[in-house]
Amino acid sequence: MTRPRKRVHLAAHFPGVNNTTVWADPRSGSQIDFASFVHLARTAERGTFDFFFLAEGLRLRELKGRIHDLDVVGRPEALTVLSALAAVTDRLGLAGTVNATFNEPYELARRLSTLDHLSEGRAAWNVVTSSDAFTGENFRRGGYLDRADRYRRAGEFVELSRKLWDSWQPDALVADQDSGRFVRTGDVGAFRHQGEQFTVEGRFTLPRGPQRHPVIIQAGDSDEGREFAASAADVIFSRHGTLEDGRAFYADVKRRLARYGREPATLKIMPAATYALGDTEEEAAERAAEIRRLQVGPQTAIAFLEQVWGRDMSAVDPDGPLPDIEPNLADGVSQGRAAHGDRASLAAKWRTIADEKRLTVRELVIEVTGRQTFIGTPESVARQIDEHVQADAADGFILVPHLTPGGLDEFVDRVVPLLRERGVFRTEYTGGTLREHLELT
Amino acid sequence: MTDQHQALHLAVALDGAGWHPAAWRESSARPSQLFSARYWAGLVAEAERGLLDFVTIEDALGLQSAGFDGPDERVDQVRGRFDAVLLAARLAPLTTSIGLVPTATVTHTEPFHVAIGIATLDHISGGRAGWRPQISGRAAEARHFGRRPFPPLDPRDDERIRPLFEEAADAVEVARRLWDSWDDDAEIRDVPTGRFIDRDRLHYIDFAGRFFSVKGPSITPRSPQGQPVVTALAHARIPYEFAAGAADVVYVTPHSAEQAASIVAEIRELSGEVRIFADLLVLLGEDAAARKARLDELDGAELDSDAAIFTGTVEELADLLIAWQRAGIQGYRLRPGAVPYDLKQITRGLTAELRGRGVFRRAYESGTLRGLLGLPRPAGRYAEVR
Repeated sequence: MTRPRKRVHLAAHFPGVNNTTVWADPRSGSQIDFASFVHLARTAERGTFDFFFLAEGLRLRELKGRIHDLDVVGRPEALTVLSALAAVTDRLGLAGTVNATFNEPYELARRLSTLDHLSEGRAAWNVVTSSDAFTGENFRRGGYLDRADRYRRAGEFVELSRKLWDSWQPDALVADQDSGRFVRTGDVGAFRHQGEQFTVEGRFTLPRGPQRHPVIIQAGDSDEGREFAASAADVIFSRHGTLEDGRAFYADVKRRLARYGREPATLKIMPAATYALGDTEEEAAERAAEIRRLQVGPQTAIAFLEQVWGRDMSAVDPDGPLPDIEPNLADGVSQGRAAHGDRASLAAKWRTIADEKRLTVRELVIEVTGRQTFIGTPESVARQIDEHVQADAADGFILVPHLTPGGLDEFVDRVVPLLRERGVFRTEYTGGTLREHLELT
Repeated sequence: MTDQHQALHLAVALDGAGWHPAAWRESSARPSQLFSARYWAGLVAEAERGLLDFVTIEDALGLQSAGFDGPDERVDQVRGRFDAVLLAARLAPLTTSIGLVPTATVTHTEPFHVAIGIATLDHISGGRAGWRPQISGRAAEARHFGRRPFPPLDPRDDERIRPLFEEAADAVEVARRLWDSWDDDAEIRDVPTGRFIDRDRLHYIDFAGRFFSVKGPSITPRSPQGQPVVTALAHARIPYEFAAGAADVVYVTPHSAEQAASIVAEIRELSGEVRIFADLLVLLGEDAAARKARLDELDGAELDSDAAIFTGTVEELADLLIAWQRAGIQGYRLRPGAVPYDLKQITRGLTAELRGRGVFRRAYESGTLRGLLGLPRPAGRYAEVR
């Protein structure tokens, strides 16, 4: 007895502000013009993707005390762009990353509900938290949150948001001209919440949205992050793109669901994935290597080295061997990006790889900072994606193109039709809301 | 040919089914659609058809109420509102020329978020964004956040009101600094040096005030207008001072030409620059008085407003607008009593009447809101001349 083939879910990540996004390519367009967002969103909708995804970063990244200038910089306020995209798309889900540390539930729940109404049920919120004082310098309350409290705040934030989204009864809006009754009861939107993070009460300003609750996405990978996802998220945006890592992560997270009375299918696991396509396997491999070279230019290679070594390495030749310099473990040089973990062991590992493979600094950084998730012909990439999903390494992928805004065109033109032929990806939207696309209802 | 010196600016203030509390009960109203994008798209398309300078969208961090300091239990009036910045963003791709001016509260919110939201609206709309910063002094709204306790609000208590406007002024200052924190030419995409930006053209704003500190720079590049248009509603001395210092356009609420002249004189002592608009709540048409009486009866009370209430024909309204213009009023923000009825009276009847008198545009003369209002695009304050 074989189980039915799982359906693949796909999302499109607008290229971000790190070196994955190649801006030196002549085809690279604006990262801020609305036309770029429209192009990528419409491409994703043409490909019947589940959703479009925007990341967030509330302070510009710094290296050696100065604003990092080698990668794309500058982005819009996520929910504002998504609301505009709701006007130029019909079915595509619209997911925005919004920080739970530097927002308050009443305001953010209201904005998300607004987006859900204005998109007729396509809103999603990627919940992130931050404890760093660096980003906090842009906000009223600063970096006040203890690291251990991040998921406690996120959990209570989501719980309270759901209370607010439920605060109007389903039939609260009457709008009956004959009887003169606009709302059914005089206490519409009443709520009260007393908790460790928030003690609030009052009246919420919006009727229930088309999805009732916008889709909740979670992206953290720690034990607390996984537990939070199991308790509260609809989708996990993970980083485990390989088959083995993906299966282990998938099994671990889905196992946690039972504790919260949830079925495995109620949480979709969607790792980030990059790709390089070619007419032949060789051509795809060549293109993959070329993209990696563009992603790790000489200056970027040195910048990566400086982040791990914790010191100025600007005198190092990127096309020469790794110099015999010890890392400075006392303090870092990088601010505003995800932590790299234990720098001492990372530096030792990099040195071993450089020595064994006789790599230049730039070749080393290309080697250790990860190749594309899927490389191959459209047929082979479609097969790999399907295999990952059927093998329970994922429920789908959040694709990260390396070019703005045309980086998804080729995937949609060449890979999506093959996924459809395999019978694992929709040929047209059958539902109206994002929850329906994700089979969460 | 419109004489530039006499041209009037015209905006409408959109809110729910209109500004009469019973407006939703008019036969032409569509109250069940108030929470749909389609409804708002229709209204803003109508406003653009009339070549209006801009629409404003009302908002607050609490439910509407017939009372002053908090929610009521009434079931016979419109309750519920969208976040106005997101609603304006939803409307931007559906319009091409009209300015979009959402309200965003500055009291409990983060200035950084508000600033990048408005800058983003400016990017999305190709330079048509404005903003009406609004204070929230109500104790009930403070309890939605639970961060600072507010005593009951008395609008005559200057000691309560003043710090709220001081905080608002700081929020606008932060927003303007953030909007300037990227030079227009900060993005260089210099392949030989591998640099996407010239970081010397990005600037920390280092704002440190009584209510908050913001380091900067913005995460959003400088927008088409450089600085979106800041507008403020003001009824008294403290908000006049706020508007004169922080806003590009101030909406005032005179009830006669004489009052208009004295308010203009008071504001002109504070600022020679700020554009002065008058707010009017209007019910229009031959039967306007009867319509108002019917709506008053449905609501169980006579219509009350901070702004002057006008009932009459568009010809009579045009007379009034031109008379007040002589008192120094440069434009009007009309609050339609009921939409779509009174909105269409404005966009089709009033604009035609004003055009006939040579005081209103026959075509949009600019693609940006600043351009429509005759406001120059400001240079970034941190940018060095290169």
